[in-house]
Amino acid sequence: MNWYGCWAFFVKEVRRFYSVVVQTVFAPVVSTLLFLLIFGQVIEARIDAFSGLTYSQFLIPGLVMMAILQNAFSNSSSSIIQSKMYGNLTFVLVSPISPLELYIAFIAASVLRGLAVGLGVLVVGWIWFDLQWYSVSWVVLFAVLSAALMGGIGLIAGILSEKYDHLAAFQNFIIIPLTFLSGVFYSIHALPEFWQTMSHFNPFFYMVDGFRYGFYASSDVSVYLSLAVTLAFLVVVTVINLILLLKGVKIRH
Amino acid sequence: MSAAVKFDQVSKQFGDLQALNNVSFEVEEGSFFGLLGPNGAGKSTLINAMSSLVTPSSGRISVMGHDVIQDYRQARRALGLVPQELISDPFFSIRELLRVQSGYFGLRGKAQWAWVDELLERLALSEKANAETQQLSGGMKRRVLIAMALVHKPQVLVLDEPTAGVDVDLRRTLWEFARELHSAGHTIILTTHYLEEAEALCDRVAIMQKGEVKALEKTQALLARHPYRYLRITLPEEHNPKTINLTSELQLRLVEREASACLFRVEKNISMDTILGWLHENGLNIKDLSTRDASLEEVFLDLTEVKP
Repeated sequence: MNWYGCWAFFVKEVRRFYSVVVQTVFAPVVSTLLFLLIFGQVIEARIDAFSGLTYSQFLIPGLVMMAILQNAFSNSSSSIIQSKMYGNLTFVLVSPISPLELYIAFIAASVLRGLAVGLGVLVVGWIWFDLQWYSVSWVVLFAVLSAALMGGIGLIAGILSEKYDHLAAFQNFIIIPLTFLSGVFYSIHALPEFWQTMSHFNPFFYMVDGFRYGFYASSDVSVYLSLAVTLAFLVVVTVINLILLLKGVKIRH
Repeated sequence: MSAAVKFDQVSKQFGDLQALNNVSFEVEEGSFFGLLGPNGAGKSTLINAMSSLVTPSSGRISVMGHDVIQDYRQARRALGLVPQELISDPFFSIRELLRVQSGYFGLRGKAQWAWVDELLERLALSEKANAETQQLSGGMKRRVLIAMALVHKPQVLVLDEPTAGVDVDLRRTLWEFARELHSAGHTIILTTHYLEEAEALCDRVAIMQKGEVKALEKTQALLARHPYRYLRITLPEEHNPKTINLTSELQLRLVEREASACLFRVEKNISMDTILGWLHENGLNIKDLSTRDASLEEVFLDLTEVKP
């Protein structure tokens, strides 16, 4: 393994998003908190959440996870599409960094950015509302696995996209709908039966539900089922990424 | 002398296009090698295959004895590529880019940073070391690409059209730098559209066309093997080269009618006496006469049958 090469690429990826930290970290924190302001304050009394919790308490873990998911996705997807557009992906491709090392570095940077934004939302939410911490381990485990999974999905989207338009379509027609319909803003038990069933086909639902379990020890489905589904998707996404990178799909000819 | 780069029956198919067709040759260690050919000949595909940017459909390529697919880490450590396309990165300064690139090769520390600074100095980039690539001119971007290719001190340096779009001064500077690197022991592989560049720098050239190697020789041998020499007849002002009538021997060998001269391509085995006889027979009033051997450009045009 070329561990230093992998580390150098990870550091480069982190410095890339850190060099525009207002855009990549602070702005998503603020925009996510707007959801808290609007949904938490305006419709607090109109939505049923888990028993014993206010709607805002229920909402905050969902918003934190939404921030993690979207920003982990954005990091890897925007990085690789920009590298393709500017042509600087060539510098990495001619270096002795293997596909696995490249994947590890991309995912680690995505996890870091996802967690940075998620932490920003969490800290502000925690200051305003009384959060319960049933299990920090579950919280951290779901945060890291979900960020890694979304970093991987972002990498696939970035590799397959040939222009920004393709990536925007991927984000707007797949990622955002799946995130919004994952139970971030509601418990799926509040949905009609058909949509409850449909929610179980949304992998994002398990990430949000498992993450929320770490705070309140309550969830729509078993936390172990959520963990199994998240891990299974992470494995699938990892395999797809390694195949794409190994074959050089859309990055080598 | 051993091979720095070896191409063994390399083919590449892009859909219906056969970009490379069974290409086999070697580039000797320490040589300054020119890869020439018209647009679409397959030069860049071959170079990109060597640099792992293109995967060949069949065949093998090795760099300093390392297979570029099976033993890609060692092959890439031995190779530096200066790509044809100008590349930029909006997030990093030039010095940072060079340090990041060093990291990809596992290189760091004071000695490496000193080498980065030396590269900046030698390529006249020190003043722009903290600038970003978008702030640089095309020529400076080209120099940054050369520095990027050299951070890991590769034994083989590939220059893909390095002087395309740069001014005459910078072209000369890059020539000198390339000569220095060659003298320091680097094997240089150059593709260029400027055939005078290849003639001035390369000790050996390959001419490619339609994905195949049409000629592969020492530059001087290739020029010497060319069966023609060129004869320029300058006429006095009262004669217009565009309108004068020529006898069949001269008309057959006419290459170009210029403003005040005619250029002929004559077989080397025809004696000067015979040529002078043809000129005399034509009744031409000659102001000046000069002969020269074929340039690499003329050899190239003959071999590829590309007309200027």
